[in-house]
Amino acid sequence: MFSWFKNKKYPVFWNKYLKKFKTPQPKTIENTRFIVFDTETTGLETSTDRILSIGAIGIFNNIIEVSDSFEVYLKQDEFKAETVEIHGILKGGNLLKIDENEAIKQFINYIGNAVLVAHHTVFDIEMINIALKRLNLPKLKNKNIDTGILYKKLEGVKETHISLDTLCTKFNIPKHDRHTASGDAFITSLLFLKIISKLKQERNFHYSDLFRVSNNNGLI
Amino acid sequence: MKNTIAERIYDFLRNFPPFDVLEKDQLLHIASQVKVTYVEKGNFVFKQEENPHQHFYIVKDGAIGLYRTLENDQILVDICDEGDIFGLRPLIQHDHYLMSAKANEESILYAISVDLLKEIIKINGKVQKFIIASFSSNIKTPYAKTNNGHLFANVETLETINSNFSEVRTAEFSKNPITCSQHCTIKEAAQEMSSKRVGSILIVEDKNPIGIITDKDLRLKIATGLVSIDENVSKIMSSPVITFSKKITIAEAQIQMIKHKITHLCITENGKPTSDLIGILSEHDIVVMHGNNPSVLIKEIKRAKDTAKLKYIKEKASKLLKGYIEQSIPIIFISKIISEINDAITIKVIELSLAEMETQPSVKFGWLALGSQGRKEQLLITDQDNALVFEDVSTENYKTTKTYFLLLAEKVTEKLHKIGFKYCPADMMASNPNWCLSLTEWKTQFNSWITKPSEDSIMLCTIFFDYNLIYGDKELVSKMSDSIFKSIHTYEIFLNFLGGNALRNPPPLGFFRQFLVEHDGEHKDQFDIKSRALMPLIDAARLLTLSLDIKDKNNTIARFRKLVKIEPQNADLYLSCIDSFKILLRYRTKQGIKYNDSGRYIELNKLNKSEKLKLKGCFKPIKDIQELLNIRYNLSQMM
Repeated sequence: MFSWFKNKKYPVFWNKYLKKFKTPQPKTIENTRFIVFDTETTGLETSTDRILSIGAIGIFNNIIEVSDSFEVYLKQDEFKAETVEIHGILKGGNLLKIDENEAIKQFINYIGNAVLVAHHTVFDIEMINIALKRLNLPKLKNKNIDTGILYKKLEGVKETHISLDTLCTKFNIPKHDRHTASGDAFITSLLFLKIISKLKQERNFHYSDLFRVSNNNGLI
Repeated sequence: MKNTIAERIYDFLRNFPPFDVLEKDQLLHIASQVKVTYVEKGNFVFKQEENPHQHFYIVKDGAIGLYRTLENDQILVDICDEGDIFGLRPLIQHDHYLMSAKANEESILYAISVDLLKEIIKINGKVQKFIIASFSSNIKTPYAKTNNGHLFANVETLETINSNFSEVRTAEFSKNPITCSQHCTIKEAAQEMSSKRVGSILIVEDKNPIGIITDKDLRLKIATGLVSIDENVSKIMSSPVITFSKKITIAEAQIQMIKHKITHLCITENGKPTSDLIGILSEHDIVVMHGNNPSVLIKEIKRAKDTAKLKYIKEKASKLLKGYIEQSIPIIFISKIISEINDAITIKVIELSLAEMETQPSVKFGWLALGSQGRKEQLLITDQDNALVFEDVSTENYKTTKTYFLLLAEKVTEKLHKIGFKYCPADMMASNPNWCLSLTEWKTQFNSWITKPSEDSIMLCTIFFDYNLIYGDKELVSKMSDSIFKSIHTYEIFLNFLGGNALRNPPPLGFFRQFLVEHDGEHKDQFDIKSRALMPLIDAARLLTLSLDIKDKNNTIARFRKLVKIEPQNADLYLSCIDSFKILLRYRTKQGIKYNDSGRYIELNKLNKSEKLKLKGCFKPIKDIQELLNIRYNLSQMM
């Protein structure tokens, strides 16, 4: 009876999404679909700011699949002039824009049960979760990885915040289309591949290590 | 849906062939299907003998080395960097990889599905031509040859089309191999090998090869005393031999040699041991075909049959040059080798062009290299400057003779252009009727330049005086030189004009010891190393040698060396000019390699302090030699 209630409550796309987590998940880096994504928002206040665009790209078997990419621009009621110069998305603009609920629905359909990757995941995931809440839906169920934390694992450093720009320079990644959701997602995906590759080279690095947050290197 | 990532990939791909000839929507479609991979330095993209992937690769960032493994050696065949394609041939020919691809530095690659490309080839003829041409010459941006062969028919068709691609081209084996019968003694066989200067001998029975003896057998079995030299050859020969038909490709030959751990393959009429022996293919033959050293390159040039091959060799020579510069090999040695190669290419091109002419030339002629090639100072590919002189003919024959040589020159310059020696923008080429003259016409021409010096004629003199005979009759040219010196002697003031010209570029440092840079135009604020530093030295050396009647010295360093001997009182100055010239030439070559241009303009803000000091150090001799010219030729009076 409980499950009947639950199915009644959620729209079809969400139920489909949930179903994708019922099948056993792959346990190797090579067999896992990663979705590297980024959101451009009206600001950094998760409770009041809104998503302007989402860009994402898939990685499978250490290969970035351009054909598995995602890019949407959202219609917005909230509009803050001061952030326009960072992301370059105007309220009107000539990009094809869709409603937030449609964007979220497409995004959920697209990501499925993939592992989400972002630079400072907490923020981007929170933005999506709040958008989900506005649709009366629960939070994302996907596992996630923060490239910032992953980098700290590689280097054994404890800095609190390492910017994407800093890491681009460190890893020799050209900063094209910086501050567009898709551009940042693509840059982050290259960063992700490079860090994983270096981690694998340095130590026996497995799928499960991706999610292990604690790091003993700094304990001495 | 907007696809920013695909658009960026499109922006990259469209700069490189064959993608540059695709329609925008075709290329966007490809870009949206690209797979991006990252390869750590030292890791393999694929290995030799592996089955082909579904994709071929374009280097986005980094560098991928292509290696062939021969026994235990990895031979670097090619390096692919930004925009280069690799791993395509096996996909199209349904063959395994003939080479390994390894990241020489960390690299980002774009992988593109071969099926996508095949679809495009079907509808885009230009792409098809590119692919065929790149297979046939094994270079990255070959000049498309007119070839209507169908690409995907089957491997056999491809092999006939791709007669020059180093892996699929048929191996050139040695014909008429040295043989002996199985009843010979080892001593007799060894004597035969020595007298014919070969490293192997085949033992035949009714023209069929049954065994082989190589130097190695003699070393291991005879010199060690295991077998007497009076024994029969059959005692030590390796038998049976591995045989192949004459259609064997280099790749097949290498694979067979590795597989059987042998160094020689017998070539027989139908490929079976029971058919007639027609040749032998040794590992050495293959190394020569693959090789990348000057003597091998020169040999390859001599054997080349078309411009695509010559272009490929020229590119190998450029890599050689890069290696030499990196290894700090003396610039005199480098310029000698590169000039040698450039000359050999020109000679080959003339031979190829002569073969295309309906008749052989009716009179003697000489092909002259001018300017930097004439001075043997041409390291980077620059424009071609050349001229042609032919023997005097009767008036009624003049027109046909001139037409003949103009046509020849046109063929030669066109081929040189294709190989990478660009047409001279000022049309100073033998194909220009003004520079394709009979001996008497040349004498008159030089005489008029010398006796009626104008700014233009002086400029032409600086180019034409540095001629060097590349091909043809020596005597014609020495007659020409004699006539020039005679004219100069009768009109010595010409040297003063030439001197004025040599001083037209002031010393490269300003009053405050700042570099003089270009003030306007495309190269604003850049330092022109050619006209401000190299040319003053070249001009000075030419003027001084001309005035001292020094013949047969066209090279700037050689000219200064000669001057050191003739004028010991100025030896220090001339020696410092040589040093400066060497440093400047190396510097320009390095710049040219680095920025893939002529190396002529240097951005000063890209130089570090020590480089700037080193350059400045070179300018002192320029200033001094210009002062010497000024005094010697009374130039301050003239100007």
